[in-house]
Amino acid sequence: MGVEGIGARVVRKEDKRFITGKGRYVDDIKLTGMTHAYFVRSPHAHAKVKGIDSSAALKMPGVVAVLTGKQLVDDKVGNLICGWAITSKDGSPMKMGAWPAMAPETVRFVGQAVAVVIAESKNLARDAAEAVVVDYEELPAVADMQAAIKAGAPQLHPEAPGNQVYDWVIGDESATDAAFAKAANVVKLDVTNNRLAPNAMEPRAAIADYDAAEEHFTLYTTSQNPHVARLVLSAFYNIAPEHKLRVIAPDVGGGFGSKIFIYPEEMVALWASKKVGRPVKWTGDRTEAFLTDAHGRDHITHAEMAFDANNKITGLKVKTYANFGAYMSLFSSSVPTYLYATLLSGQYNIPAIHAEVIGVYTNTTPVDAYRGAGRPEASYLIERLMETAARQLNVDPAQLRRTNFITQFPHQTPVIMAYDTGDFNASLDAAMKAIDYAGFPARKAKAKADGKLRGIGVSCYIEACGIAPSKAVGSLGAGVGLWESAEVRVNPVGTIEILTGSHSHGQGHETTFCQLVADRLGVPISQVSIVHGDTDKVQFGMGTYGSRSAAVGLTAILKAMEKMESKAKKIAAHALEASEADIVIENGEFKVTGTDKAIAFPMVALAAYTAHNLPEGMEPGLKESAFYDPTNFTFPAGAYICELEVDPGTGKTSFVNFVAADDFGRLINPMIVEGQVHGGLVQGIGQALLEHAIYDANGQPVTASFMDYAMPRADDVPSFNLSHTTTLCPGNPLGIKGCGEAGAIGASAAVINAITDAIGKNNLEMPATPDRVWRTIHAA
Amino acid sequence: MYQTTYHRASSVYEAASLFAKGSESKFLAGGQTLLPVMKQRLAGPSDVIDLGRIKELQGVDLSGDTLTIKAATTYYDIMTNADVKQAIPAIAYLTSVLGDPAVRYRGTIGGSIANNDPAADFPAALLALGATVKTNKRSIAADDFFQGLFTTALEDGEIITAVSFPVPAKAGYEKMRHPASRFALTGVFVAQTKSGEVRVAATGASQTGVMRVGAIEAALKANWSPSAIDSVSISASGLLADIHGTAEYRANLVKVMAQRAVAAAG
Ligand SMILES: Cc1cc2nc3c(=O)[nH]c(=O)nc-3n(C[C@H](O)[C@H](O)[C@H](O)COP(=O)(O)OP(=O)(O)OC[C@H]3O[C@@H](n4cnc5c(N)ncnc54)[C@H](O)[C@@H]3O)c2cc1C
Repeated sequence: MGVEGIGARVVRKEDKRFITGKGRYVDDIKLTGMTHAYFVRSPHAHAKVKGIDSSAALKMPGVVAVLTGKQLVDDKVGNLICGWAITSKDGSPMKMGAWPAMAPETVRFVGQAVAVVIAESKNLARDAAEAVVVDYEELPAVADMQAAIKAGAPQLHPEAPGNQVYDWVIGDESATDAAFAKAANVVKLDVTNNRLAPNAMEPRAAIADYDAAEEHFTLYTTSQNPHVARLVLSAFYNIAPEHKLRVIAPDVGGGFGSKIFIYPEEMVALWASKKVGRPVKWTGDRTEAFLTDAHGRDHITHAEMAFDANNKITGLKVKTYANFGAYMSLFSSSVPTYLYATLLSGQYNIPAIHAEVIGVYTNTTPVDAYRGAGRPEASYLIERLMETAARQLNVDPAQLRRTNFITQFPHQTPVIMAYDTGDFNASLDAAMKAIDYAGFPARKAKAKADGKLRGIGVSCYIEACGIAPSKAVGSLGAGVGLWESAEVRVNPVGTIEILTGSHSHGQGHETTFCQLVADRLGVPISQVSIVHGDTDKVQFGMGTYGSRSAAVGLTAILKAMEKMESKAKKIAAHALEASEADIVIENGEFKVTGTDKAIAFPMVALAAYTAHNLPEGMEPGLKESAFYDPTNFTFPAGAYICELEVDPGTGKTSFVNFVAADDFGRLINPMIVEGQVHGGLVQGIGQALLEHAIYDANGQPVTASFMDYAMPRADDVPSFNLSHTTTLCPGNPLGIKGCGEAGAIGASAAVINAITDAIGKNNLEMPATPDRVWRTIHAA
Repeated sequence: MYQTTYHRASSVYEAASLFAKGSESKFLAGGQTLLPVMKQRLAGPSDVIDLGRIKELQGVDLSGDTLTIKAATTYYDIMTNADVKQAIPAIAYLTSVLGDPAVRYRGTIGGSIANNDPAADFPAALLALGATVKTNKRSIAADDFFQGLFTTALEDGEIITAVSFPVPAKAGYEKMRHPASRFALTGVFVAQTKSGEVRVAATGASQTGVMRVGAIEAALKANWSPSAIDSVSISASGLLADIHGTAEYRANLVKVMAQRAVAAAG
């Protein structure tokens, strides 16, 4: 409704401050008496810390303190936790090694902190950090996952023999074996899902401020979920009880998952602030981001798919090794299990699935959720398998997908998920039409005449978003509930503040959330403000990840709005001497339906606060809150098709066209949705063509700067051709599915399917660098 | 960054004397190499002497068959200069594919060749065109100037003032960009002098920095056309290898880029 309501392409309210340099990020905050932290980090992938000599550093100018891992442990600061318990197939709990925020005894990846210097400026802290002498005894390291699981490999944690965290299974093994026994055709594929470094534009940062008189901490931090941060810091790390810890996540410059987790640096800042009695600021630099922000993906998988004589899939077997790095980060355990294997049915009717996932420790940076988290890995695997199968069975890849699409909903997959709705043929139709799929052979022939290898690649992804029903995730091992909260505060003059537990770090909540209010009340969005990111302001919330802010966060706002509106209608009815049932809300007015009697919303608000004339027994004020717990995941899905050319002389890929037909359910602001899709597609293309976080055999990172780690740039990607086919999500009243991760989930397979189509060879790992493509073309 | 003392010189003479006074001085031009290295604390010069504002180090001059580019002229100014575009368009093109806009607005030809990164673009142009490097002390032929990775004939404190290029009959440059840094994964500059000599230089390829490619020069001398290079075989031995390109791939690129450079040269 209206120019600013649901469905309107409203320009983002927050952009004025961002594009004029007025955003307020953690590093912009300066507190009186603030000190600066610089961490002393291990240059070794695996070593014993035999001693730390801080005496020279302590004499350097401006140094306030040098603190070590041993002091941290002596002060009983808790180890970092992993918040999702996974059980191995033999019934044993996952095997976790201890992760202290600074290593007292052993370092297990390059960049792990062993000490911190607190000084009057960052530069002085860094000067002194160079003077801290750490006596390391190097130990053999292992960075490669396959090497780590071999007998005789260097061992990371005594708790995890063979460097194995868990060996987890899902699905029905005997039913799957039976399907394979009867199969007319079996298609096999080995794929690697390359490790990525998240690279949010804003590096992580923290300022901790301890107030000794109140025994109270304030933490400003780059978090996607400040309440979860406070909960974990209080409940597990022994920092302070929740009512004595305020966590503020102000403007945050991108997260992509990497800012969900609680990291050592903010724990150390809090602890150090109390120790030195002054505020402590830490701002990471890009090198630290490469070394310490949780990486993403990093799977090695063997999969087999069974088909009957009619090209219908009858079974799927998957065995995946997932690299966790040196420690289990906050949600890492859930990513290659419940966020990955539960999506292995893709968009297809697969009667039997069995998957085994083996989690592995290596001497590398910890790995955790990164945009899509498990779902890109699942989608990539299934869509590469479908393409491989189409080639092997000699059928059109789009047709093979259609033959196997799920068309009846709800659909229970053999791997937990119950898809609520969708129309996979509609998305594929839209994408094929947009790219003129039928005209491709002619275009390929023409390109060949010009000396170019042209290819087309399809990817039909599905994901589970709106994470997630608390009861369901609890039964699967999650340590938290995944509802969301909201509060609607109407001020006496009728302006509105929406408090939300969702957190915006680029998603545009300050605009889309206002659009819901505008839609319902008919007030301009300038009358509404969104309050988020401060545990003292918002009562509680679970934060933003898993494309949950609209499906879960906005629904919570809707629930609170409904309560507020119900009370406001009573007030209006009372003032207008009408029946509550006859009150309708239109263009900012409460009207008696069928009459010209009306009262403007600000007058209703004022009446609520003056309380001079309220219905009998009604409390003054106009403020309501709600908690919303979803009943199911949501299932955004779509079809991506990529057409590209490979230069056989250099192996370089150039895009010709990239179409995306997504089903996100209802769109609140199509412009913001398009931005989310663009960003996601670029990340998916980045994974397919450019990005790879690499370690050498000794665990030294090879790609710890932008000179080596290839981030996608504007001229690496095409102009995207986007469209939407919509089935409304039945699981929430707004019909929203979520759009934040789709691009990153679906794009990679479309690109690799297209390149392998172009070069006529099926096996090609990501990233498909020109060198790799050229060697594949010319391999015997 | 470590503590340092910044000086802005107004003449080459002043720059040289300021350099001599510091215990560990460094010249600063566009800062596109020196400043990142200082920020990472991989360099800690006592004194930084900025050449960027010295008038006599700025500008382009075309007289007769010689194009002279002063050392502190930025890539952007080179790329957009009418004399460069007219006399040696391959240099304007090379500059347009060097780095990104920010780098082109700041970086200079003098800084590029003084640094002599094995994957930098300009060294290939100097070597293929048989350019002469002018310093505050002498003139050095490009053949003698580049002496391996990050190593040149420059003495401590010597200042490059200009580079002069003989205007060729034909010249072309093609580059496969490094996907992350945008330096040359491999780039090849081909030139035919007015006297008919053919010179070909490859950057980003060899472990010893920018190099002449004799086999391609011989093939092109016999027949100036892309197909003349078809039968040339480039050995991978001694070539750079890293995560973005194996030695075999770079050997292939030397050939393919040379062919495309010849096509571009006409
Ligand atoms: C993101 C990025 C991408 C890049 N991509 C490319 C690319 O694609 N191709 C490419 O060729 N380069 C590339 N570069 C490097 C760039 O070209 C640098 O500008 C160049 O290497 C140095 O030039 P400068 O003027 O910035 O020199 P500075 O960084 O100021 O100095 C570099 C060195 O040269 C010395 N020096 C400078 N001027 C003189 C002089 N007149 N006499 C004597 N010594 C001098 C300095 O003392 C210093 O040691 C890139 C750099 C960056 C940051």
